[in-house]
Amino acid sequence: MSDTEAHSVAYVRDTMMPQQPAPAGETGAIRWLRENLFSGWLNTVLTLLGIFAIYLFVSHFYGWFLHGVWEANSIKECRQIIAERWGPDASGACWAVIRERWHQFIFGFYPPELYWRPILAFALLFVAIGPLMFQFVPKKVAWFTPIYPFLAVWLLWGGSVWGPVLVLTGFVLGGVVFMAVARFGSIMAFSVGAIVTILYFLFAVGPLISLFHAMIPVGLESVASSKFGGFLLAITLGVGGIAMSLPAGVVLALGRQSDMLLIKTFSVIFIEFIRGVPLITLLFVASLLLNYFLPPGTNFDIILRVMILVTMFAAAYIAEVIRGGLAALPRGQYEAADALGLDYWKAQRLIILPQALKISIPGIVSTFIGMFKDTTLVVFVGLFDPLKGIPDFIRADFNWKGIYWEPFVFVGAIFFILNFAMSRYSMHLENRLQREHR
Amino acid sequence: MKKSVFFGALTVASLAAGVAGAATLDDVKARGELICGVNTGLVGFAAPDANGNWSGFDVAICKAVAAAVLGDPSKVKYVPTSGQTRFTALGSGEVDLLARNTTWTFSRDTDLKLQFTATNYYDGQGFMVRKDSGVTSAKELDGASVCIQTGTTTELNLADYFKANNMSYQPITVDSNAEGEQQFLAGACDAYTTDASGLAATRAAFANPSDYVILPEIISKEPLAPAVRQGDDQWTDIVRWTIYGLIAAEEYGITSANIDELAKGTDNPEINRMLGTEGNLGAMVGLDKDWLVNAIKAGGNYGEIFAATIGEQTPIGLARGLNAQWTQGGLMYAPPFR
Repeated sequence: MSDTEAHSVAYVRDTMMPQQPAPAGETGAIRWLRENLFSGWLNTVLTLLGIFAIYLFVSHFYGWFLHGVWEANSIKECRQIIAERWGPDASGACWAVIRERWHQFIFGFYPPELYWRPILAFALLFVAIGPLMFQFVPKKVAWFTPIYPFLAVWLLWGGSVWGPVLVLTGFVLGGVVFMAVARFGSIMAFSVGAIVTILYFLFAVGPLISLFHAMIPVGLESVASSKFGGFLLAITLGVGGIAMSLPAGVVLALGRQSDMLLIKTFSVIFIEFIRGVPLITLLFVASLLLNYFLPPGTNFDIILRVMILVTMFAAAYIAEVIRGGLAALPRGQYEAADALGLDYWKAQRLIILPQALKISIPGIVSTFIGMFKDTTLVVFVGLFDPLKGIPDFIRADFNWKGIYWEPFVFVGAIFFILNFAMSRYSMHLENRLQREHR
Repeated sequence: MKKSVFFGALTVASLAAGVAGAATLDDVKARGELICGVNTGLVGFAAPDANGNWSGFDVAICKAVAAAVLGDPSKVKYVPTSGQTRFTALGSGEVDLLARNTTWTFSRDTDLKLQFTATNYYDGQGFMVRKDSGVTSAKELDGASVCIQTGTTTELNLADYFKANNMSYQPITVDSNAEGEQQFLAGACDAYTTDASGLAATRAAFANPSDYVILPEIISKEPLAPAVRQGDDQWTDIVRWTIYGLIAAEEYGITSANIDELAKGTDNPEINRMLGTEGNLGAMVGLDKDWLVNAIKAGGNYGEIFAATIGEQTPIGLARGLNAQWTQGGLMYAPPFR
């Protein structure tokens, strides 16, 4: 065979050709560009349009950012400095307003000598949510989590230490009663525990706080809600709303799926009503209408009022997101839980909710991010949100009147950082809980 | 578990529910603090500085009342109120006094159950245009686009004015003064309209104020007056006569500089009555003898307050105009202290 071949073919290569580098058009940046940006006439046009848009954006704002001034005491000084450095027609950012007033963007009117309290509360927040959010945090830290809300309220608002301690005691009391009566059935135990707790709050807490405070007056300096503002307010409302709306949303979602007519009707009415009404309407109800219902002179804290309404609003959306997760579970999961002989609560806790919640994570986090951003709407009820309330009163100082874009850029950047972190965490959580084999 | 925050705070809040229905004066004295509703931020009238200390023309009224009632101008808690929340805040008892550049109108006085005490600033709505537009009178604004804040009386005044003069205009609605300035500077509208005091402050803050002119026409009456709740006449009297006291002090030449001297007694019986060296006017409104001495010491007389917050020496540079004393051709006229 080889003979015939040797005769019929003029030349046979007996060594391998050395490897050649790929043609310039098929490697590295050029190939990437060609494949991703210029792969057809349509994509080429779109790429050029995109570059043009970026050029427009950069050419308009580049100078503004480049000419930014940090060291000045008023917008007039900013303008002078920019005119001196870059010529009379140059425009530039006056970041000096951020440098002088950054603490008001962060803390509002919170007394500066007490800034350590919100900072500490914020730091401890991570200790409290660490064991719930990250696996590397020791589970032992979790005992701190239920205490944290009381500690945070005490740190932020101050006052007698006995307020939060005795309120916490009330819940412990309810829990103890629940345990004690538990052997008579969970519904019975829950009702008795709830009644004891409510009676305690209605009649015992007030006198006890006064009594203990009279005996051992330990406390922090009180800070009124009107002193809250900026990101302190947004984060307080956001964290409070998130922490309360998730459990409330789960309960509402289960209520809507329930067979019990009363519970189902209530859940449906609540969810549909809240979702059907704009958040601003609810905020106005919180700030204006409630005043007319409550007895005159009642001082029902405005931040608390707003937090309750924001929570209700978020809970209605969370409930629907979780209902989506529940609906996505195959019927077999419910049947499997029944087959194991689990009762309703055990089935929900061990089988249904873990899977439904995992499916719902993106939706839940979206709702949280939306809610956090919506906290800026409190400006309409006279609270100092970081986006409009704080800049507006800073502009009321003649030194900074005329400042417009700088606060938006600054506040927008902080919101982006916080929300982006939440979003990345939700992706991390989805990956961690990934159980399908792919 | 975190629901406990809500219940706990609810309990605390219900505990804090104080006595209701008592006279405002007694409430303020018992509290040791005047709660004053102010603007969330208006140049010259009410603005907190970097340390959160409020100052301004309206704020000075709060301080004077606090000084008259409690003897200390610093014992004021400022509650910022928005245009929407201000009347409810007053009506529900959240604030004792609303010193928030609020126009005294018929329906607010009667229907909203407010009691306006005394006008502390006579304002009016005006227009600002670019100088190179060549417009010199509001009558020439036919067909112009006008930047206007929504939900304010200025919006209604504008419509009335153009209708009465048989002109047309295109409204460019904005949400806040800051946004209005941006739109006007960016050329989105030919004219910007708001209260004349606000226009002056806005123009003064521009990079090139001389490129813009404020037209001479004032198209509305805006008497700004601190307000209190209806039904507490004593409290109304206190606020009203504190303001009149500041105005009269300017008329009679009582200033924060010479008040200590004058409070020892003068030849003028009216000054003596005001400063408590003759008779006891303070007791008639339930206050100390030296209530007006304290009020005037807080920030000076009306003229001093005006000069320090919005007057011609300040960057805002408002002329006295209608707000001059009646003896100087203005409208500031305090009834006699007798």
